[in-house]
Amino acid sequence: MNGKKVMVGMSGGVDSSVAAALLLKKGYEVIGVTLQIWMDMGEERKAVEGGCCSLSAVDDARRVAAKLGIPYYVLNFKDIFEEKVINYFKDEYLKGRTPNPCIACNRYVKFGAMLNKARAMGIDYVATGHYARIEYCEERGRYLLRKSATDRKDQTYALYNLTQEQMARTLMPVGDYTKEQIREIAREIGLTVATKPDSQEICFVEDNDYAKFITENTDAPIVPGDFVDTKGNVLGRHKGIIFYTVGQRKGLGIALGKPMYVVAIDVRNNRVVLGDGEEVYSDNLIANDVNFISIDKLEGEMRVKAKIRYNAKEADAVISPMDNGMVKVVFDSPQRAITPGQSVVFYDGDIVVGGGVIVK
Amino acid sequence: MTNGLQQRIYYFDHAATTPMREEVLEEMLPYLKGKFGNPSSIYSIGRESKKAIEEARDKVAAALGAQSREIFFTGSGTEADNWAVKGIAYANRNKGKHIITSSIEHHAILHTCKYLESEGFEVTYLPVDQNGLVSPEAVREAIRPDTILITIMFANNEIGTIQPIAEIGKIAREKGVYFHTDAVQAVGNVHINVEDMNIDLLSFSAHKFYGPKGVGALYIRKGVKIVSFLHGGAQERARRASTENVAGIVGLGKAIELATANIDEHNKKLIELRDRVIDEVLQKIPFVRLNGDRYKRLPGNANFSFEFIEGESLLLMLDMKGIAASSGSACTSGSLDPSHVLLAIGLPHEIAHGSLRLTFGIDNTHEEIDYLMEVLPQIVGRLREMSPLYEAYERGNKNV
Repeated sequence: MNGKKVMVGMSGGVDSSVAAALLLKKGYEVIGVTLQIWMDMGEERKAVEGGCCSLSAVDDARRVAAKLGIPYYVLNFKDIFEEKVINYFKDEYLKGRTPNPCIACNRYVKFGAMLNKARAMGIDYVATGHYARIEYCEERGRYLLRKSATDRKDQTYALYNLTQEQMARTLMPVGDYTKEQIREIAREIGLTVATKPDSQEICFVEDNDYAKFITENTDAPIVPGDFVDTKGNVLGRHKGIIFYTVGQRKGLGIALGKPMYVVAIDVRNNRVVLGDGEEVYSDNLIANDVNFISIDKLEGEMRVKAKIRYNAKEADAVISPMDNGMVKVVFDSPQRAITPGQSVVFYDGDIVVGGGVIVK
Repeated sequence: MTNGLQQRIYYFDHAATTPMREEVLEEMLPYLKGKFGNPSSIYSIGRESKKAIEEARDKVAAALGAQSREIFFTGSGTEADNWAVKGIAYANRNKGKHIITSSIEHHAILHTCKYLESEGFEVTYLPVDQNGLVSPEAVREAIRPDTILITIMFANNEIGTIQPIAEIGKIAREKGVYFHTDAVQAVGNVHINVEDMNIDLLSFSAHKFYGPKGVGALYIRKGVKIVSFLHGGAQERARRASTENVAGIVGLGKAIELATANIDEHNKKLIELRDRVIDEVLQKIPFVRLNGDRYKRLPGNANFSFEFIEGESLLLMLDMKGIAASSGSACTSGSLDPSHVLLAIGLPHEIAHGSLRLTFGIDNTHEEIDYLMEVLPQIVGRLREMSPLYEAYERGNKNV
């Protein structure tokens, strides 16, 4: 025993289960928790099966905790999840932007509310099964967020909002291993979850049909409007802006004789702007709500690799501070479908420099 | 008591369940070991099982002031509640479709009523006062020509409030409406007589009074029109078919016999522990309120709301100190919602979130209460130190 207590967020899946097991092995006093975030309003609104915090996750996590011989609790975070994740998600789409709810959940729920709860209970750390590494760098006097051992599984994109205070109290023990190693450890210690598939969809949206979710859960009217080209010529009618995202080609419901893409959403005029293959590319963006990890503050230009969505490839870019606290990102070569509402994350090798939310 | 980690456990959650008495176990053992006969069989070992069940039935009847043939064994208190409410509703739907209940019932009643609403029945959920009491006059006023059932719990599982059951029973009888009471928390803690109190149906469960889990019973007054709950064999007068849980029923019989024989002594001890805790908590901890009526409450029940903190964190920290307590009702996952009972007595959402239920039993001692009173103020203090609400309050106070 090292005398330190850690609260591990458990989903019953292999990663968080092994995280708990690894921390036990290192001598921590481990307390397992699952965050209850879904609403109890009828069967339909329960989290999608397999999501990290679904009801089945509770059953699985409870079983794993019993197997590991650790205390286990279900913590009620419904209110904060609804406010900071679900409402944000709906509002962003209604504003013509494309949100990333996992980033909001990490920021406000897992490393916000859960960390606060752990602190209030006298628990030193929180831990998760994220594929990422947190290290303290003596030289810089800062905590660094590094990519996981396997690039393919890396989850740092969704963690760029971590603050130094949060990182000082957060452990991510699976980041040092490959997914295969994690599965192997799970088998060795006899966890039956070892073969569960990874979950990737938005946990509160069924069948990945986000537009249906928003339509059913908002009082705001979903109003049809015009498709226009970049010159403002009307091309046809759209079903309502929430149904579209920048870069989209499929499902526009109009034939224009050539491939057309959503290049912008004009909320004020309730218009969806379409463009051709070239118009969907751009070589710069502006980000706000920026958080830096490896540096305290961006003083001047900095060369980075920038990633504009969860599954996008990193691209060479130069970032520079703007007067209003925002950051300008100029790419060496044009990027496809830079989408307002999504986050841009900056890397220096395997170190996360920081990130922000794309404004335009 | 210790847990799997050999930590000493201080058990203050007797409203959730109770440890089974040694005498009850002794009484049950023969029916788990040698005496396995099916009570419906004609041969000797079958008859022995049957006799044991009927003796248990006699004990229950004696405890409630009922006749033996009016007692029907079930698998749980929830089952008895479901049977009573649905059984009356379906058997009397030609007469009417209106049911009266309260807003602070256990989910076994509330969710059953909700289900019946989806089946076309109409339900009136009576409000309660700030102490959780149902007004008998409000019951009277709610009765309509098509009212077929009044179901009001005997004592509340969260705040311990004991309802004016005899008064409500009198009104129901006058108006010719069936009266059911969920007495799961009351049996063994309150004197009950179904005749004097004009009760037509009453449900309870053995594990709340030091009996085994998985067995309960429903008292059904002779002549009450109710549909059978399970169809099949002739067990329980063909109203609740199923081969009987012989050992469980025997345990229930012994447990209710002991509980009612010792009820005054039991209550005296529990009231002493309860009042000590209530007095000391109100004295030692600021910004706390007692939920439920100060006197018309179950002998072992204390329920507090601590301002500025979440009940969830409090319970978890108590658990880490070996103290088993509860905040009332837990949902499917085990996580905690603000209780419908605390909201019904008018507590704001955030205070309803900060509640703690301590329920004492015969196994508790003053030494255990010493430990509780040492640990609880510390934890409340620590949680308040970390609470942004408390900080804001303190700041606001200094500015004044």
